[in-house]
Amino acid sequence: MSLDHSSDSALPIKISGLTKKYGDMYALDAVDLDIKSGEFLTLLGPSGSGKTTLLMAIAGFNRPDAGSIRFADQEMILYPPHRREVGMVFQSYALFPHMTVAENIAFPLKLRKVSVEECALRVEEALQTVQLDGLGARNIDQLSGGQRQRVALARAFVFRPRILLMDEPLSALDKKLRERMQIELKQLHRQLGVTTVYVTHDQREALTMSDRIAVINHGKLVQVDTPEAIYNAPANAFVADFIGESTLLPLSLGGGDQLYFGDQSIATVQAAVSAQGGTENNQGWSLVVRPERLLVLDKNSSSSQPLINGFAFDGIVFGGTIRESVFQGESAFLIVALASGADSSGVDVAVRFSTGKAANIESLANGQQIELGLHREDVIVIPQEAD
Amino acid sequence: MSWLNKAASDTQITHRSRLWLYCLATVIMLLLVIPTFIVIPMSFSDSQYLEFPPKVWSLRWYEEYIGSAKWMRATATSLKIAVLTMLVATPLGTMAAYALFVSGHRAARAVFVLLITPMIVPVILIAIGTFYAFGKMGLNNSITGLVLAHTALATPLVMIVITAALRSYDLDQERVARSLGATRLQAFFVITLPQIKFSVITSALLAFLTSFDEVIVSIFVSGGKTATLTKHMFSALRDYIDPTIAAISTIMVLISTILLLVTQRIGSRKKPD
Repeated sequence: MSLDHSSDSALPIKISGLTKKYGDMYALDAVDLDIKSGEFLTLLGPSGSGKTTLLMAIAGFNRPDAGSIRFADQEMILYPPHRREVGMVFQSYALFPHMTVAENIAFPLKLRKVSVEECALRVEEALQTVQLDGLGARNIDQLSGGQRQRVALARAFVFRPRILLMDEPLSALDKKLRERMQIELKQLHRQLGVTTVYVTHDQREALTMSDRIAVINHGKLVQVDTPEAIYNAPANAFVADFIGESTLLPLSLGGGDQLYFGDQSIATVQAAVSAQGGTENNQGWSLVVRPERLLVLDKNSSSSQPLINGFAFDGIVFGGTIRESVFQGESAFLIVALASGADSSGVDVAVRFSTGKAANIESLANGQQIELGLHREDVIVIPQEAD
Repeated sequence: MSWLNKAASDTQITHRSRLWLYCLATVIMLLLVIPTFIVIPMSFSDSQYLEFPPKVWSLRWYEEYIGSAKWMRATATSLKIAVLTMLVATPLGTMAAYALFVSGHRAARAVFVLLITPMIVPVILIAIGTFYAFGKMGLNNSITGLVLAHTALATPLVMIVITAALRSYDLDQERVARSLGATRLQAFFVITLPQIKFSVITSALLAFLTSFDEVIVSIFVSGGKTATLTKHMFSALRDYIDPTIAAISTIMVLISTILLLVTQRIGSRKKPD
C-alpha cells in the first residue's frame, strides 16, 4: 500500500493534536499545524524546542503518543518511514561513503526498481539541477561540504517525493556558502514545487527562505505566519526576542487608555489589543524596539522640534546616552542607555544604521547625549508574559 | 647520545626523562613473548624430552604430530568447532551489539553487561557450570555442546568489536536510507553492513581464535572422539612430557599470529578513506 504516484502535485500535511512525551517532558504538546501543498514551511525554535521531534514524527522516525499526521487525507501515523515517500536531508547529510555520488543519488530509484536507463537519466538530471554535472563518478570523500550538501539534496528529491523534509541542512557550512545555498534552496523549491518542511534554529535563515514560519518553543507552536508578519507583529515576547534583535521596553498604563514609556505616549491599549488579538486585561504591555527601526536624530540644541537630516520628525523621541559605538562594515550600531524618565532607569537599546552615514559614527562618541526617533508606524506592542 | 635530550612528544618531555618508561615497556614485552620463544626452539629439538636450548635440531616432532591419527583427529575437531563457533558467534554478537546500540532503551546497558559476563567471570566457573548443565542435557562430549560453550565465550568479543565500529558510524545513514524507501533490514544490509564489514571480519577471526585456543571449558566438556586439540595437549602434558606439544604449540602460535596480523591489516585498511 504505497502512496498514489499518478499525480505529480505536492501534498498538504495536516497535523493535529500531536503529542510526544519523553519521561515527564513534553517534546510536543498537542501541536496543530496545517502545511499547504507546495509550501515552504520552516520550524523555527531554540534547541530542545521540539522542532526536530516534530520533523522526525512527520518522517516516521518517532511514534507520537497521541494525535494525527495526514498527508492529504491519508493518516500516516502507522506508516513506517520507508512507505511515507518523503525525501529527507539530514544535518550530517548522511551520504553513503561506500558509494559514488551517482550511486548515492540512484539509491532511492533502485529501491523503486526504476530501469537502468531511466535511473541514469534521472540521476544526470538531478545532478544538473544541483549544479554537479559530471561529478557522478566521484567518491563522497572527494567532495567539498557544499557539494555534499547538494548530493544529499539531489538524493532526497530524485525519486519525486511530494514532501521534502530538511533538518538544519546548512548548519555545517560556512556563512557565505550557507547564504548562497539558502537562495539556491529557495529556487529549487520553486522549481520542484514540493511541500517542504525545514527545521532551523537560525531565525535569519527562516526569514530568508520560508513561505511561512512556525515558531516552536517547549513543544508548543507559538506563532505560525509569514516572515513579515512574524517580524512585524510577533505574538509574544518569546517571538519578539527570538526573531531579529530586539529590546523589550515595559510600558505603563496611563490615564485614558494610553500606554506610556516614561512620559512618552506610545500607543493605546485598544490599538495594541486589535493588533495582537489579545485581551484587555493583560498583565501589561511592552514595546518591541528593533535596532534598525530606531533613527538617530539630528543634534538640535536650538530648535524644540526634533529633526532628522534637517527635516521635521514627528514620531516618538527617546533621549539617551551613548554607551558604545561599534563599526561592523556594512552597518554600525550604538548601544544607548535610555533616559526613560521617572520610574525605570538605564534600559539599553541597540540602534543599527547603515554606514552610508559612516561620517557620523566618529561624532557619536561614548558618553554623548543623543536623541533617537521611532516612527509611529514602527511601533510594535506585545502583551507581557503571564509568568 | 643526543637523542636523549630531544623532545619525545609534543610536550617538553625528553627521551631522557622517559627512559624508565622505555625500560619498563621492554621488560613487559619480553615477559609476554619469552614463553613463546622458548617453546618454538624446543619444538625443533631431537631430544625425547622438552629441552632448551636443543642440542640437536630435528623436525621429528612435527612428523610425529602429522603422522599421528589421534593428533590429526583432535586438530580436525578443534578446527571444526572453531569454524562453527565463528559462524554462530559472529552473527549473534553482531545482532546483539546492533540491537543494543540502536535501541536507546534504559535496560540496554544492563543487557550489554549481562551478555559480556562470560568475559568477566573466571573461565573455570563457566567450565564447571557448563559441565553440570551439559551433564543434565546430555551435551557433554558433543560438538554441539562445545560450540555452544565457545559461542558464549566468543560472543562478548564480537559484541565489543561491533559496538566500537557502530560508535564511529553515523546512524543517520540508516535513517536516510529508510526515508528513501529501504526497509530496516535493507538499510542494515545495504548501508550499515558494508561499512562495518572489516569489524565483522575482525570479530569473526577473534571468535575463531577464542574457540581454537580455548583450554579450560574444553577440558571439562570435551572428551573421547570430540576431544579438542587443546584438551589432548593438556592430557599429553600430564601423562608424558614430549616435544610434540611444543611442535603443536608452535603451529598454533603461527596460526594465531597470522590471524591477528590479518585483523591488524584489515583494521588499518579502513582508515585511508
